[in-house]
Amino acid sequence: MRSLIDILDFTVEELDALIRTACDIIDNPTAYAERCRGKKLATLFFEPSTRTRLSFEAAMLELGGNVIGFSEASSSSAAKGESLADTARVISCYADIIAMRHPKEGAALVAANNATVPVINAGDGGHCHPTQTLADLLTIYREKGRFDNLTVGFCGDLKFGRTVHSLINALSRYAGIRVVLISPEELKLPSYIKKDVLAKAGIPYTQLTDLEEAIPQLDILYMTRVQRERFFNEEDYLRLKDRYILDAKKLETAKPDLCVMHPLPRVNEISVDVDKDARACYFKQVLYGKYMRMALILKLLEEAAQ
Amino acid sequence: MKIDSIQNGVVIDHITAGCGMRLYELLGLASLDCSVALIKNVSSKKQGHKDIIKIDADIPVNLDVIGYVDPGATVNIIRGGVLAEKRTIDMPERLVNVIKCKNPRCITSCEQELEHIFKLTDKENKVYRCLYCETKADNH
Repeated sequence: MRSLIDILDFTVEELDALIRTACDIIDNPTAYAERCRGKKLATLFFEPSTRTRLSFEAAMLELGGNVIGFSEASSSSAAKGESLADTARVISCYADIIAMRHPKEGAALVAANNATVPVINAGDGGHCHPTQTLADLLTIYREKGRFDNLTVGFCGDLKFGRTVHSLINALSRYAGIRVVLISPEELKLPSYIKKDVLAKAGIPYTQLTDLEEAIPQLDILYMTRVQRERFFNEEDYLRLKDRYILDAKKLETAKPDLCVMHPLPRVNEISVDVDKDARACYFKQVLYGKYMRMALILKLLEEAAQ
Repeated sequence: MKIDSIQNGVVIDHITAGCGMRLYELLGLASLDCSVALIKNVSSKKQGHKDIIKIDADIPVNLDVIGYVDPGATVNIIRGGVLAEKRTIDMPERLVNVIKCKNPRCITSCEQELEHIFKLTDKENKVYRCLYCETKADNH
């Protein structure tokens, strides 16, 4: 049974096909409005995530399907001590496909190993969040028209940011990618990603601490939030949280076709005065996420039916 | 120091000096009823120093454990006092229930009866990662 646990589970060709489907959905939404009639998506959210859950639910509803599920662990059988493996087996009897978020890393793989229907990883702790990466990829494709020969800047928390790690992994499979890593010393990209992904793929990268210095060369700027929950020490968080704030003034030196992205939610790392700039793509990114989830649900259900 | 040769059993030889105790633990040799000798820091022409383990019983030995801890070790099966078989060791692609993931955020920390599985991700540098959370296993 095919599932999506990590973005690398899909080949570049499969990702390209998903993007083509998503673009076709954008152009011809009515053609897809009944494609999942009679099918049920189970959204198993063991930790709250309004945005991702609603994106999945909206995706299934726009395909004509139905949605069941729960939005926190306390309202699931996990509160009674049921194992995740058993939950996955039971839900497989009720639904045709599962989207699951869980605070433990590797939880989606356990669910996929035990479910008899496809499982989509909607985030497993700090490990993977492949559908965010799908949203990021469609955004890049729609805004830039290509994946190759791009200079991509990642700014903020590059140490704990799973969306950054996943997108770097996904982009490493395209030609001519250059990466600029902008972060404070304490939140630098982990060395194993530099070694196992960037160096292995022969991707040139530079590490900077200054956002202004990086901006003029970028085709894409991927901003991230410094996450309070990742810090053991509140003082460190307070010291680092305002380190990078993108505002209209900083964008003056940027390319006219720069694409500014953010996985959201933002706190203050992108000033609201950037929202009006045509280069701000982060709200379009949310919409593209729904289309990619629609394409993904279709692909996995079609493969399961074969 | 002299340890008697064995008639029927297993000799794990050419263990990198210092790795013998780790192998002894991971192979669960403490629970055996037969005689087991762990000899540390034996002089070796090839290695300078090495460890040796002798097990005085013809028991199955988990070669994956040896391949994980010390792929340079050799395993000799002794029957009737002579070398009956020499097993070659390689680093296993997967390790099942040999070591545990130490990441407290890993699903293995709370899911009942879940096997602890590690996969070999970098043979050159002997890197094993948890199948679930991809946390790197400690160097032994």
